[in-house]
Amino acid sequence: MTIGLAHYLAVAAILFTIGVFGIFVNRKNIIIILMSVELILLAVNINLVAFSVYLHNVVGQVFAMFVLTVAAAEAAVGLAILVTFFRNRGDISVDDASMMKG
Amino acid sequence: MGIEGRKNDRMALQAIAFYLLALITIGAGFAVVSARNPVHSVLFLILAFFSAAGLFVLMGAEFLAMLLVVVYVGAVAVLFLFVVMMLDVDFTELRQGFARYMPLGGLVGVLLAAEMSFVSYTVATRGAAAPNETPLANGGAVSITNAEAIGRVLYTDYVYFFQAAGMVLLVAMIGAIVLTLRHKPGVRRQVIADQVLRSPKTGMRVVSLKPGQGIDQ
Repeated sequence: MTIGLAHYLAVAAILFTIGVFGIFVNRKNIIIILMSVELILLAVNINLVAFSVYLHNVVGQVFAMFVLTVAAAEAAVGLAILVTFFRNRGDISVDDASMMKG
Repeated sequence: MGIEGRKNDRMALQAIAFYLLALITIGAGFAVVSARNPVHSVLFLILAFFSAAGLFVLMGAEFLAMLLVVVYVGAVAVLFLFVVMMLDVDFTELRQGFARYMPLGGLVGVLLAAEMSFVSYTVATRGAAAPNETPLANGGAVSITNAEAIGRVLYTDYVYFFQAAGMVLLVAMIGAIVLTLRHKPGVRRQVIADQVLRSPKTGMRVVSLKPGQGIDQ
C-alpha cells in the first residue's frame, strides 16, 4: 500500500508514452504536437522530482525548475512561429511546411 | 487505535490520493492527444498540469507544484488557448491520418511504456534511491521548508545556471516579439530613431538665391 518511487516513475513513464503517441497520431496538427511535447516535459519533471525526493537531494528540483523554464520559452517561441506561419500561409498544415525552405 | 493504526490510515489516505491524481493525470494526458477539438485538448492539458502539481505536493515538493500551476497553467496553457482560439483553422482536416498512424503509434507507445516500466522498476528497487523509503523534499536538512532548501542551493551553487535561465527567457521573449510584430503598410508611424538622428545638415538645405529669381527646386 505504501507509495514509493516506482509508482511515480510509472506515472511519468506512462505520461511520456502518451506524449510520444500524441506526436505519432497527430502528425498533421502542430498545436497538438506542441502540447504533446509539453506532456513529455511534464513527465520528465515528474521523474526529476521523484528522484530528487527519494534520493533526499534537492538538486533534482532545481533541475526541474530549469526544465520548466526551457519549456515555457519553447512554448512561447513555438507558438510565435506558428502564428507567423499561419499569417503567411493561411493554414498550419505540417505537410506544407517544406515550402518554407528557400 | 494506536500509533500504528494511525500510520496505516495515513498510508491508505496517501495511496488513495496518489491513485486518484495519477489516474486523472494520465486520463487527461490521453484526452489531450485524442480530443477532437483543440480547445478541449488545451483544457485537458490544464487538468493534467493541475493533477501533476497535486502529485508534486504529495511528494512534498510544494515549491515546484506552485511553480507548475503558475508557469504552466497561468502562462503556457493560456498562451496555447489564446493561439488555438486566434487561429481560424479547420481542425477536422488536420485530424486526417489519425486512424492511419494509430497502429504504429500504439505499437511504439506500448514498447516504450514496457521498456520504461522495466527500467524504472529496476531502478526503484535496486538503484541508489532504493534504500530511502520515505520521500523528503528538503534535501535531508533539519527543519527547513522545501522552498528554502531549493533557494539555498539555487542561489549559491547554481547561481550562474539561474542567470542563464533568465537569459533563455529574455531571448525567448525578444524572439517571440520579433516574430509576431507586424508593421501595417500605409500607416504613418512615429520613428523616434529618425527624429533623434535628424541634424541641421540633413534637416535643411541652404540655397543661395540671386535677387529677383525664385527657386525651381
